Amino acid sequence: MDLRTKYLGMELKSPLVVSANPLTESVKNLRRMEDAGAGAIVLFSLFEEQIRAEREALHHYLVYGTESFAEAPTYLPEPTQYHVGTEQYLNLIRAAKEALDVPVIASLNGTSLGGWIKFAKRMEEAGADALELNIYWIPTDMDMTGSEVEEHYVDVVRSVRGALTIPVAVKLSPFFSNFANMARRLEKAGANALVLFNRFYQPDIDLETLEVKPNVILSTPHALRLPLTWIGLLYGRVQCDLAATSGVHTGEDVAKLLLAGANVTMMASAILRNGIDHIHKVETELLGWMATHEYESVQQLRGSVSQINAADPSAFERAQYIRSLQEYKPNF
Amino acid sequence: MEEVNFVTLDANEAVARVAYALNEVIAIYPITPSSAMGEWADEWASQGRPNLWGTPPHVVEMQSEGGAAGAIHGALQTGALATTFTASQGLLLMIPNMYKIAGELTSTVFHIAARSLAAQGLSIFGDHSDVMATRQTGWVLLSSASVQEAHDFALIAQAASLESRLPFLHFFDGFRTSHEVNKISILPDDVLKAMIQDEWVAAHRARGLTPENPFIRGTAQNPDVYFQARETVNPFYAVLPALVQRTMDRFAALTGRQYRLYEYHGAPDATRVIVMMGSGAEAAHETVDYLNAQGEKVGLLKVRLYRPFDSEGFVNALPSTVTQIAVLDRTKEPGSGGEPLYLDTVNALVEAWQGSMPRVIGGRYGLSSKDFTPAMVKAVYDNLSSETPKRHFTVGIIDDVTNTSLEVDPDFSVEADDVVRAVFYGLGADGTVGANKNSIKIIGENTPNYAQGYFVYDSKKSGSMTVSHLRFGPRPIRSNYLITRANFLACHQWGFLEKYDVLADAAPGGVLLLNSPFDADAVWEKLPRLVQQQIIDKGLHLYVIDALKVAKDAGMGGRINTVMQVCFFAISGVLPRDEAIAAIKESIEKTYGKKGEEIVAKNIAAVDMTLDHLYEVQAPSAVTSAVELIPAVSADAPVFVRDVLGTMIARKGDLLPVSAMPIDGTYPSATSQYEKRNLADEIPVWDPDVCIQCGKCAMVCPHAVIRIKVYEPELLAGAPATFKATAARDTEWHGQNYTIQVAPEDCTGCGICVDVCPAKNKSAAALKAINMAPQPPLREQERENWNFFTALPEHDRRDIKITSIRQQQVQQPLFEFSGACSGCGETPYLKLITQLFGDRSVVANATGCSSIYGGNLPTTPWAKNAEGRGPAWANSLFEDNAEFGLGMRVAIDRQRAYAGDLLMRLSAEVGDDLTEALLNANQNDEAGIHDQRERVAILKEKLAALPGNADAQQLLTLADVFVKRDVWIVGGDGWAYDIGFGGLDHVLASGRNVNILVMDTEVYSNTGGQMSKATPLAAVAKFAAGGKPSPKKDLGMIAMSYGNVYVARVAMGARDEQTLRAFIEAEQYPGVSLIIAYSHCIAHGINMGTAMRNQKAAVESGQWIMFRYNPLKAEEGENPLSLDSRPPKIALKDYLRMETRFRMLELGQPETARELFSLAQENVKTRWAYYEYLAHRTMEPVGDGNGSH
Repeated sequence: MDLRTKYLGMELKSPLVVSANPLTESVKNLRRMEDAGAGAIVLFSLFEEQIRAEREALHHYLVYGTESFAEAPTYLPEPTQYHVGTEQYLNLIRAAKEALDVPVIASLNGTSLGGWIKFAKRMEEAGADALELNIYWIPTDMDMTGSEVEEHYVDVVRSVRGALTIPVAVKLSPFFSNFANMARRLEKAGANALVLFNRFYQPDIDLETLEVKPNVILSTPHALRLPLTWIGLLYGRVQCDLAATSGVHTGEDVAKLLLAGANVTMMASAILRNGIDHIHKVETELLGWMATHEYESVQQLRGSVSQINAADPSAFERAQYIRSLQEYKPNF
Repeated sequence: MEEVNFVTLDANEAVARVAYALNEVIAIYPITPSSAMGEWADEWASQGRPNLWGTPPHVVEMQSEGGAAGAIHGALQTGALATTFTASQGLLLMIPNMYKIAGELTSTVFHIAARSLAAQGLSIFGDHSDVMATRQTGWVLLSSASVQEAHDFALIAQAASLESRLPFLHFFDGFRTSHEVNKISILPDDVLKAMIQDEWVAAHRARGLTPENPFIRGTAQNPDVYFQARETVNPFYAVLPALVQRTMDRFAALTGRQYRLYEYHGAPDATRVIVMMGSGAEAAHETVDYLNAQGEKVGLLKVRLYRPFDSEGFVNALPSTVTQIAVLDRTKEPGSGGEPLYLDTVNALVEAWQGSMPRVIGGRYGLSSKDFTPAMVKAVYDNLSSETPKRHFTVGIIDDVTNTSLEVDPDFSVEADDVVRAVFYGLGADGTVGANKNSIKIIGENTPNYAQGYFVYDSKKSGSMTVSHLRFGPRPIRSNYLITRANFLACHQWGFLEKYDVLADAAPGGVLLLNSPFDADAVWEKLPRLVQQQIIDKGLHLYVIDALKVAKDAGMGGRINTVMQVCFFAISGVLPRDEAIAAIKESIEKTYGKKGEEIVAKNIAAVDMTLDHLYEVQAPSAVTSAVELIPAVSADAPVFVRDVLGTMIARKGDLLPVSAMPIDGTYPSATSQYEKRNLADEIPVWDPDVCIQCGKCAMVCPHAVIRIKVYEPELLAGAPATFKATAARDTEWHGQNYTIQVAPEDCTGCGICVDVCPAKNKSAAALKAINMAPQPPLREQERENWNFFTALPEHDRRDIKITSIRQQQVQQPLFEFSGACSGCGETPYLKLITQLFGDRSVVANATGCSSIYGGNLPTTPWAKNAEGRGPAWANSLFEDNAEFGLGMRVAIDRQRAYAGDLLMRLSAEVGDDLTEALLNANQNDEAGIHDQRERVAILKEKLAALPGNADAQQLLTLADVFVKRDVWIVGGDGWAYDIGFGGLDHVLASGRNVNILVMDTEVYSNTGGQMSKATPLAAVAKFAAGGKPSPKKDLGMIAMSYGNVYVARVAMGARDEQTLRAFIEAEQYPGVSLIIAYSHCIAHGINMGTAMRNQKAAVESGQWIMFRYNPLKAEEGENPLSLDSRPPKIALKDYLRMETRFRMLELGQPETARELFSLAQENVKTRWAYYEYLAHRTMEPVGDGNGSH
């Protein structure tokens, strides 16, 4: 069975790609992921905002209370090295490249245009095979229009694309007035792939302390539907690659997304929940499904149930959605 | 001759560079003002920086200076080149080893930042008292007077020591030289190499112990030979002066800087000569030049080599024309025939002077860094000119008791017009000092100008004022005294103008730069009257900038340093403006580049925004302001506080005469209440409707500014309109009123009270029962409320259930408004002691943070109640505190026993019932103590009525001892885990009824965060820059091993009830009790306002295990160990990442961090398992006496 697929101009041994998650912080884990069958690995995201905050916090606490008292001009030794964020990340890229045969995709979340470009370049220099721009940003400014938000995305992609030679994927949220238009604009701006979709931070309230708490919720299989929908809609209509992420838990999920048109399917929550060996299980399931349904290769099945190839193209669109609502019968 | 490489640095760094390069083993221990030398050495070693022979020295931190000296002695005996750095009490602790090292003719150099010794009071500042205490050890004493000399003499001493085999004490003045930043020529390695001959090093090594060529050294000698053996060393001392001079000459050939053992400067035909050593000689040097230029014939003999004292060389250095000699000593030897240098001078003249003997007069100057100025030098020459000069005089003070002091002309100055003299008043937190150090670097290293900086701090750790004294000029700067004629004076904090006479040191026609919250056109009217008057009288050019606004707009928060630095360069014209700004920017890149571009960007933004906001203000010609300076202390202060402490607070303590000083170091309690510092921008405001009256806010308040009272409602009559009260919730206080009041002018604004408040406003979760609000609009009303509140009666202590925090916190704190850091983690524990037991406690306080915020003048926090009772406090030393406290206990027990004997003898006169009751009173609670006090009062009345009875009169002086007396031995981990551990251990074993509180900050906090044995694994600290590789010592476990010691480990922020219970149990335990209290600290690199969360996380992660070990339970057959922590529930790294001391390891050295964090997590597991095992064992009764475990 031929699981090979193409993504970001690279040939992967499998469409099963590990998406950015905390387990990718260690090279040991990366090796295990490769051994379990991952076709490529996206490293955890480097958050420019976090790096800046870390640096500022470190600077703040190193000077806090200093030069105030004759006996204690300072309270902590001056660090000789400031590896705050970037250096560690770049070392990880280097170590990963050293240790792995599969492509290593760096992931970046920037906050400023300059930051995007600078960090992206460093990642390229460190040896990343490709870069995933994780545009993880929730606009809350009431004076900012939708067009401005969209323009910001396009600017980031265009700028980074212009600065790099390695392929660039864009991971983003579906929350645009017309995602199809966004997809095209991002492609024109130079995106080599779209990674659909990001999962946004949604805080919770602690009922005991009455505090707003960050609370990461792992994806569930039903989250698959949104990427499935948009990959199905975009396949064949954009030239860039499509990666599915969110809700990929089983071999069947992978099969569905490939049928819809994904070049690769990405997993994080399922690995966090079930362990790294889960990749192997999913691969076995995928192979099983392909064998049962007599598919020979991923290439063969990819996009075969996308909107342009589906028996009922309207099934991907709004009318179908309305119909599904009308048919929905609550079970009280 | 080498090419000159100029660098600006202070003497500590200048000396450390040489010492590091020339040694293989460095043993260190922190002590002000020498700590930085050890810190540099440790930092360089951790970076792997090689010494002159291409290999990094081993730097080892010891448990005390005594330990450091021992380690150095060992290293030397094993043939290594070894050194240490110390000062003051630390040097005293090295003396025993110094005799040994000298007796064995061993080459080494100890570098000393000379400092005062603790006598009537401790002082961290500079004089020669410590060095003079070593002059009998057989060491060579070599004195350097400036940063350049200190750098050079570090090398000369090392070379001469190796050649001569005699050990050298190289000393320079603490602070004045050790901390003065100056532009000096740095010695290149090839000069070091040329000075140190390999054969000397080889010979030194060959004298070391080796089993290949065994010998013994350190024999015990008997009357038959000890004396002769002692005389064998004489030839080494005899040749030493010539050898050192030869070394100085070789040095001169390499560097062009020629030094002499006794260096004369002045008129060749001078009649009046001053003899002195140390930094004061620099001021004398320039004064001599000035006076001789005026036609006088004066001279100065600088003593470099003090031991061995070369009488002949000394006398030969004097001009033959001299008739009058004044010898200045920077030390005091009460009862001697004169101070040491004076006596040596007299001796030298007697032994070596040819012809008519000059008159020699001795005098003292400059103790404890008392400024030594040209005016004082002139006063000394004037004294010599007098027909009846003062002998054994003092200069620089007003001695109106024994009239030793010389008159000094305050207007005399020798400073040249082409020197820029700038004074900057800043706040510790605003970065003024850092920016000024940077300015010195910019000017010193980028221009031909010479530069000097000296920084004066005040005695408080929170909200402290800094005064920077900067000089820039075309010649090397010898003026090593404070600037009193500033041609540029900047005040970076508006509030100082209202409190201090800031402009006193502004020179006429100079510049005044103000950081002003007021616009240029409004600022004049806001200035206090005195300031306006001085601006007009002195014709000052006034500039203003709202630096806070610029800094905030640039994203710099409250750090206005860069803004003010730009203003200085722009106005002063030290450099062309554009050049200066470019240099500042370059320096910002250099300083902050590695820290992150955003930090650079903010500073650059601040630079760019500054000049648009800087305005010159044309001062009107008339004074219009009615604003007067705020008095230093409140009007109701006692006379001593007002006249003496108040003068110190007003920064005019130098003017206090000898007669104003207590003769024996005894000062009144409860004086901090009179120093209203108004530090807080925001203060807590109580919301009675939300409050659940738990008392936690008061308990954690580090400065005792949150007070609670419960009182009868009718007492509210006459309350100010804004005074808040509500019904008390506690059922036992039914019908009474409850008030939480904040002392608005004493609060430091840390906000820790708000953070711990558990009550939330039902309508807005961000609000609690206590919330921060801006202080200025509240100041007046809350001052009035505070005064009303303090006048309300204290609750009867007998009616307070002390085991309940909400009730216990009504007890009056007798430790208040200390100088501790804002948000301090130690002071809440001390305050708790004073609330519970303060009226019956004596306190032995180890030197450290707690002795500084607890005992540093002007005002002190240990207080007393309305009856006049309160903790009686004393500080002995750093190393002896446990013993000091034990002595107190033994004395009290002896007094109690003697009083008992006397009472028994007097029972017929006093009455059997009263005798019986006094001797057997149960004083386990407040009621019992209250009753006993009443009995003592009756007893005193009865005794007073027996005037002819000697026993009765004896007993009258001791009667108070019948009331229970607690001894509290308190200090930090540096004392308890390291330097004082031997004594502590002895006291733990003593079985005596003392209570020991260790406020464990896990570093030497007071000296700036050096590692102690309490420092946890993986923490970054000074002397542990790469993260501490070994685990924290388990002091609690050690103490428990005695079986009869009550031991508790507490963390107020984790479980305050456990803390309270431990303190009560410890006090009640009839033997030794030890409480180890987690004390968060500014040295942890944390948010001090939320630091109780760190305590909680430390406990929840298992890093800090809370327990109580009560031997009394063992006697009952129970397990004495109560584990008060729950099993770890968060990962250790989640706690570690909350604190910069751990986090910086992860950020800087991720691989090491991973390893050490993992090791630390394993340790947590193992430690927890062990404690759990101990706590869950079943016990058998062990009978009376000692408990067991």
